[in-house]
Amino acid sequence: MQNTTSTPDLLSRRLTWLPLLAIGFIVAAIVLAFAWVAGWLTPDRLTPARFTNAIETSNGQVHRGFRRAHAKGVCVAGYFEGNGQGVELSSARLFSTVRTPFIGRMSIGGGSPYGLDNKARVRSMALQLNSDDGQQWRMAMNSFPFFAVSSVEAFYEQTAANAPDPATGKPDPAKVAAFAAAHPEFARFAEWAKNTPWSTSWANTAYNSVNTFRFSNPAGEQHHVRWSMQPQTAFVAMSPEEREAADDNFLTEDLMARLAHGPLRWDMVVTIAAPGDSITDPSKIWPEDRRKVTVGSVVIESSSPQTSGACRDINYDPLILPKGVDGSEDPLLAARSAVYSVSFNRRQYDIATGKADTAIGQASSQETSP
Amino acid sequence: MNDTANVPENHAPLNHVESCPDPRHFNFTARVLHWSMALMILAMLFVGIGMVSSLSLRPALISLHQPLGIAILLLVIVRLINRLRHRPPPLPADLPAVQVFAAKASHWLLYALMFAMPLIGWCMLSVGGYPVTMFNGFALPAIAPHNATVYAVFRSAHTWLALLLFATVLMHLAAALFHAWVRRDDVFASMARGYVTNAKTLGEEKEHENSANE
Repeated sequence: MQNTTSTPDLLSRRLTWLPLLAIGFIVAAIVLAFAWVAGWLTPDRLTPARFTNAIETSNGQVHRGFRRAHAKGVCVAGYFEGNGQGVELSSARLFSTVRTPFIGRMSIGGGSPYGLDNKARVRSMALQLNSDDGQQWRMAMNSFPFFAVSSVEAFYEQTAANAPDPATGKPDPAKVAAFAAAHPEFARFAEWAKNTPWSTSWANTAYNSVNTFRFSNPAGEQHHVRWSMQPQTAFVAMSPEEREAADDNFLTEDLMARLAHGPLRWDMVVTIAAPGDSITDPSKIWPEDRRKVTVGSVVIESSSPQTSGACRDINYDPLILPKGVDGSEDPLLAARSAVYSVSFNRRQYDIATGKADTAIGQASSQETSP
Repeated sequence: MNDTANVPENHAPLNHVESCPDPRHFNFTARVLHWSMALMILAMLFVGIGMVSSLSLRPALISLHQPLGIAILLLVIVRLINRLRHRPPPLPADLPAVQVFAAKASHWLLYALMFAMPLIGWCMLSVGGYPVTMFNGFALPAIAPHNATVYAVFRSAHTWLALLLFATVLMHLAAALFHAWVRRDDVFASMARGYVTNAKTLGEEKEHENSANE
């Protein structure tokens, strides 16, 4: 240092502000890029957190420690029994002739853990299958055969339109109508909801993947698929009068009664897309004549309350998949994965901070139902 | 200047530069690890914030985040061993004490975070019941039992320590550029290249060689 001459020293001193400015600019640019990626600079950009906020708002209140959607449910356990027919479609271990145990959850749509079973149009089955090769497959399936809307944005708008009006405590009919008018595909779902007969049990309901997935077999051949768990329990329709008379928790009571007599079974039926079938739009159904392969059975053997059961702390993220199964380009799949993760983080945080006594079954009395 | 006495005998004169009392730059391994990990860590921070704030990119980014995190964990082990076995070049003698402290503290903080972030990430996924997927068909084993409360703690820690790591990386970058452009000392060069180009230090290098020959 002492060897340097005074001339460059003077020069560098005079120009000190320039490199300092450059350093400040570089650091600020990186911070801004980070903030932009995080969504902090774009309050209107839809993020998983903002989507989850909208779900919480539409629920009317936050039920601490419970799932933000499909909050009411019951844990189940059992196994999947492959029949070998799926091996040609996917290298997933599940499809071999083995039994793969699962921790599952049967639930109803809606954001309240005190939702009324006889008012819930949507029923669901979620499974976490643990194969003996160490791989995991999580499924989150619904009783509707196709999705209500065709895009993530429309799903968000639907959620926002269903938020209760503070004045009435019910969704604003004008907003619901405006949403339906803006999304013509919703009419088909409304039609399904209105006219499809209700069944009497979780056990005689079919559960569908709704979104499209991609199977690949050991030879590297790929197929776009959807699947459905078709009940072996005979369908029995429930009349509006029967529903009106049914208990608020009739689905859980019915499930426990049935399981006391033996396991419940569903066939897993895989439908293979033909060229031209919509992969990215889960609101579009595929024609009935598509090739279908029954690949095995879901067998539920037991149930336990979700407050203490093993399903409570599982995020049934439909994109946790084994080798041989991948998500498709359906944007709803990625969005579900992202929003489920936020919901999971929030409810686990509720439990950790002691705000979720009801959700973990440690409350002396139930919190008031809305 | 009898620092060579501290270097274990079995690997003392690895090359002519390291046999000098004060190395003028970080060794080749350190430089390769530094620049590749700098790129990986900056990428990880952006991938991490991107995957929790995007409704469409999460699947792609998470499948990158997990193996990259484990790769950083493996590399930082190699890096720490290399760092402990090879003395880094000294800071300039005229550096103010507070900057010396900031330099040393921030480097150990960076090392601590480079270890902590992937370990907390692995732990967090384990206690959250998630598989830690390296690539399609291969997942790492859980390193802690499934637990909601521990998950919440680790999940929060992963976020806050990531932000601390981001801030530390930025300060590190700003300080490095300050050395290069404002102080114009050899600190940046000691990591940027393996040989010294400017005439002054070349002269000093020669002096060292001469003194080593004596």
